[in-house]
Amino acid sequence: MNLKTFITHRLPFSIIVLLGLSILIFSIARVIPGDPVRVALGDRVSEEVVERVRKEMFLDRPIHIQYFMWIRNMAKGELGRSLFTRREVSEDIKEFFPATLELALLSGFFMSFFGILLGTLAAQRKNSWIDNIVRVISYLGVVTPAFVFAILFVLFFGYVLEIFPTAGRISVLPPPRVTGMMTIDSLLVGNIRAFWNSLQHLILPSISLSMASMAQISRITRSSMSDNLQKDYIQAHKTYGISQRKIMFKYLMKPSLIPSISILGISFAALISNAFLVEMIFNWPGLSRYGINAILSKDLNAITGVVMVLGLTFVVVNILVDFVVAYLDPRIRIRGDKG
Amino acid sequence: MRLDKKEKQKIKALKWAKRVDKFRRIWYKFSKNYLSIIGLGIVLVVILLAIFAPWVTPYPKHSGAFINFPSAMQAPSLQHLMGTDTVGRDILSRVIFGFRFSLMMGIVVLGLAGPPGIILGLIAGYHKGKMVDTIIMRIADIFIAVPPLILAMAITAVLTPNIFNAMVAVTLMWWPWYTRLIYGIASSIKNEYFVQAAEVMGASKFHIIFKEILPNCFSAIFTKLTLDMGFVIIIGSSLSFVGLGAQPPTPDLGTMVADGAGYMPDQWWMTVFPALAIVFVVFGFNLLGDGLRDVLAVEEV
Repeated sequence: MNLKTFITHRLPFSIIVLLGLSILIFSIARVIPGDPVRVALGDRVSEEVVERVRKEMFLDRPIHIQYFMWIRNMAKGELGRSLFTRREVSEDIKEFFPATLELALLSGFFMSFFGILLGTLAAQRKNSWIDNIVRVISYLGVVTPAFVFAILFVLFFGYVLEIFPTAGRISVLPPPRVTGMMTIDSLLVGNIRAFWNSLQHLILPSISLSMASMAQISRITRSSMSDNLQKDYIQAHKTYGISQRKIMFKYLMKPSLIPSISILGISFAALISNAFLVEMIFNWPGLSRYGINAILSKDLNAITGVVMVLGLTFVVVNILVDFVVAYLDPRIRIRGDKG
Repeated sequence: MRLDKKEKQKIKALKWAKRVDKFRRIWYKFSKNYLSIIGLGIVLVVILLAIFAPWVTPYPKHSGAFINFPSAMQAPSLQHLMGTDTVGRDILSRVIFGFRFSLMMGIVVLGLAGPPGIILGLIAGYHKGKMVDTIIMRIADIFIAVPPLILAMAITAVLTPNIFNAMVAVTLMWWPWYTRLIYGIASSIKNEYFVQAAEVMGASKFHIIFKEILPNCFSAIFTKLTLDMGFVIIIGSSLSFVGLGAQPPTPDLGTMVADGAGYMPDQWWMTVFPALAIVFVVFGFNLLGDGLRDVLAVEEV
């Protein structure tokens, strides 16, 4: 995809998706039964205060005006005040999102690295013991919900073997907050101990989070790579006597990885939503507890804020994935479509 | 040409015989793969257990709000094969009753999401490149663009969290996958000669879409439904796990996992057995679905 096709095709679509998402979320949040202001403030607050808060949140205006106000504020980064924590939703998200992002990013790395590695190994040695192991792993990964992995890992690695901590993000003095991601923050100040400690806390949650997508990616990599291995051009390279290694990295890798990389976007979405489940088990102070509290207390602004931030992350990741795929696949790069 | 009654019956019998023959051949291929047979076995066992739960469980009363503190938190034993929970209920009985809710979740969600998704996919696929196609597929894209669990959570948030609303929420996020699947198949089938022939002969759109194109999607739909049973069960139990699905004392597997998670590691059986039960069901549907995909030669799912 060159810049032109990107601007004419991909970008407008992303904007439409975000707009559609915002309408969807907005309409969901506004059909709430009962009075959200009353629910949030409780019974003891006087009618005047309720009226004032209602005005503050534009809840007294017609519905389409409410929507435009809401969009305008969101574009400015003002998501309104959370009725639950009584703080700006944007502040809350700034506080909790980095923890979730750190978890999702490391899982994203695990899922793509190990997924592709296992898939490649299985395709190279088809029907060997390693292929069978990969098959079992990918099956287990697909059929096991993330929270089940989390529970089994906590029990086994946390309590039986006692090699990994089972809750929280860090158990030494945390580094000063810069990005909000503990591992990066501790590296920034050169605090190796904090880095190591926070990394240990990250391992179990991120592996249990990545299992499902890793399984899927290793399956896809295996099948596309073993298809490509049969192709004439690879056979031709072999008969020319080009080394296995060179065939692998120069000629086989690129076309075989395209299908796996194109689904990375969707896999990342799965990671983000499953993060909710994993965070609960590991007591991870991320967006999940905030989001679930918001949901249970019918906190409109917080719900819409959380969903929009996650939707935005998803759109951004998908655009990045599109660029990588276009870079790898000349058919898309030149013509703008798959061909 | 008019056929008398006898000939009509003959044709009917022939068609029937052909169908039986086809089924036999598929079954033969299917039964050659022992993994598919295991899958079928698991699915049948789970369905039978769910149907006959009140008669096969050792303690059928324990499925609801039942309290028996003297036998609370007992480790697995011969009396309670999976142990007991915090108020002394038999976990095995609750797991078997939990299968009911998992299966119900899958059946209701797929029953609600499948038909509209398929019909929209057929319409969009038949009108490929036209306005209808763009509108339907872009709406589907928007629904797909929301991380699945998040949308379901947002919807259950608005409605009161209970098992019925969880089903509604999962349905709302599930239909576009059927639309996409059928769109892909329909838009390529509509260029086949038999569809063009029907068009030339003046067949109505309705006839072409439902009588010519739809039957060719059946094996894909069937395979996808089987595989999706497992995935819907995962999503459903995830929703219950975070407290947005089935509410206590309903014996839902996800709720049971969440309730027991706080008592790890000492009372591990409270959370591990329901968790493994979820894996068991989903595993069965997945093996069965994979077997069907191989036998019916569906590549798209």
